[in-house]
Amino acid sequence: MAAVERPFPPGDYDVVVVGSGPGGLQTSYCLRRLGIRHALLSRDERPGGMFQRFPIFQRLITWTKPDAPVERGSREYEWYDHNSLLAEEPEAKALVPALMDRAFDLPSRAEMEAGLCAFADRAGVEARFGCTWESTRQEGDGLVLATSDGEYRCRAAVFALGVTEPWRAEVPGLEHAAHYVDTRDPARYEGRDVFVVGKRNSGFEVAQGILPWARSIVLGSPRPVQTDALALSALRVRYLHPYDEYARGGPGTYVIDVTIERIEPVGDRLRVVTHGTTWDGTLEFEVDDVIAATGFQTPLQDLPQLGLVTVADGRIPALTPYWESVSLPGVFFAGNASQGARGIGKRGAGASSSSVNGFRYNARVLARHLAERLNSHEPPREPVADVVEFLLQELTSAPELWVQKGYLCRVVSAADGSHVDEGVVPLSTFLDSPGPDAYAASVEVDETGTIIPTLYVRRGGGVREHQLEPHPLHRYDGDSYRKHVTGIVS
Amino acid sequence: MSIAETLEQLALFADLSPSQLEAIAHSHEEDVFAAGERVLRRGLSGGNFYVILEGEAAVELDGEARHKLMRGDYFGEISALTGDPPTADVVAVTMLRCLVIPAPQLEQLLLDRPALMMRMLRMEARRLRATLEWQP
Repeated sequence: MAAVERPFPPGDYDVVVVGSGPGGLQTSYCLRRLGIRHALLSRDERPGGMFQRFPIFQRLITWTKPDAPVERGSREYEWYDHNSLLAEEPEAKALVPALMDRAFDLPSRAEMEAGLCAFADRAGVEARFGCTWESTRQEGDGLVLATSDGEYRCRAAVFALGVTEPWRAEVPGLEHAAHYVDTRDPARYEGRDVFVVGKRNSGFEVAQGILPWARSIVLGSPRPVQTDALALSALRVRYLHPYDEYARGGPGTYVIDVTIERIEPVGDRLRVVTHGTTWDGTLEFEVDDVIAATGFQTPLQDLPQLGLVTVADGRIPALTPYWESVSLPGVFFAGNASQGARGIGKRGAGASSSSVNGFRYNARVLARHLAERLNSHEPPREPVADVVEFLLQELTSAPELWVQKGYLCRVVSAADGSHVDEGVVPLSTFLDSPGPDAYAASVEVDETGTIIPTLYVRRGGGVREHQLEPHPLHRYDGDSYRKHVTGIVS
Repeated sequence: MSIAETLEQLALFADLSPSQLEAIAHSHEEDVFAAGERVLRRGLSGGNFYVILEGEAAVELDGEARHKLMRGDYFGEISALTGDPPTADVVAVTMLRCLVIPAPQLEQLLLDRPALMMRMLRMEARRLRATLEWQP
């Protein structure tokens, strides 16, 4: 049998994308649609990225609703399906819902992985599998990525590597703990006392997973549990059960705010010495297992040595609104690491860039940005006949604005009495860049979690903000909104 | 250096214990801005409170720098406390690393940590005096 020729041999490309998880697949797909010459490289043997392995307890926290009030495959449906990648071809759209067994409206890990493989197949996204990125250097105004297959030269590199490398906080003795990624079969914790270090996603996930088995569970970290914030986060969907038990009196389950001074072996058990952060005092625990659910980092390899600046204790690259390193020009990130661009974060609200529903849009906006920057490619701009109607429809049903609240906005420019659709861009870019008179529609959230549709008007260089009234069904296409927006626009 | 270790060196946080600083560092995100990026936007709602951990920023009015901000300085407190939009822009002059505390959480933090509130009040009083000082 003849060997199958592998795509993307070493050589010169405009863009090199590394990683074949959802971020890499979506970026490559969007670059190809725009005709950008690029290579997609992956050390894996098949698509799927982290979903080949995570989440360990096998259930996602983002919804996909197989049945919805809008047609599956329509743009509006993306709001009901947070896990399918984006495509233009009908056969490659909304692939996850058809693969779900409907036990939950949150797909299982296996369903998600199958959805990504189906996307790569039906959208024809090819990757050079078994090709490991090994090192990086800058050459002229470009980059050279050395890989196990040879060197790739490019004008821009997009790293879609996930945030999946285990990270351990600097706690003395934490080396005695297993990391979340090494958590085994929940039955292994039968009759054991367990201390989980960490109270974010993986901490609550692992605690929920072993709740039916362990004798006692303590979750401890310095950060207080903010129930009001958690109530509005995706995390609550699956993993707040341990906190719920603690809040009702703690039948062997405790969630505490502490710094951990040290962890030390005592016979075949472990002692955990802690100090309160929101209360005064010290508590010591003797347990059978300590699990480090202290999170993950982006596998940045040698990029920090080249000058890549990071946030969150070196775990996440610090990025501009278009997901370029703030310190290394030409180095971009897609996928989960795109959370390194926080956006304007009004009232502390963050973007959804750490999950597929958000970063699939980031990838599409990034591809267009790269097309404009590298090829001076001017994407076609459609005229907008009725600007008021257009803005109200976007506020009501644009999935990009609803998922990436306060991060992405839809822009319409105005010149000589006519209007043109400028597409979806990061809101901060619209607010901070000079440009022609224009409107931007953005869906935002206030302090209480109320969703506030917001319009920005740029005239003569200055920007003014107009908040519209909330609506109980989030429909902003009624007469009162039309009247309000007509007033803003005229 | 961790965020908590940096905070320990800043005057605003001088009265807090290491455990209390850990809680603050773990409860809020840090953000890094490239030189030239705008951090606080005049006239727009929902701005946060920022503490500079590293780098320099400038308070700008109509693109003109009025005041320089350095490591340990903070900004955004007036709009965070009054709820009114900022009256000036703050722009990163160098690469700028900040701790970001959203307005509602700033209020809670000050109520929880009166020593921090006193420090901030003194610093605000000094800023006010500098503004009101009679110039010959």
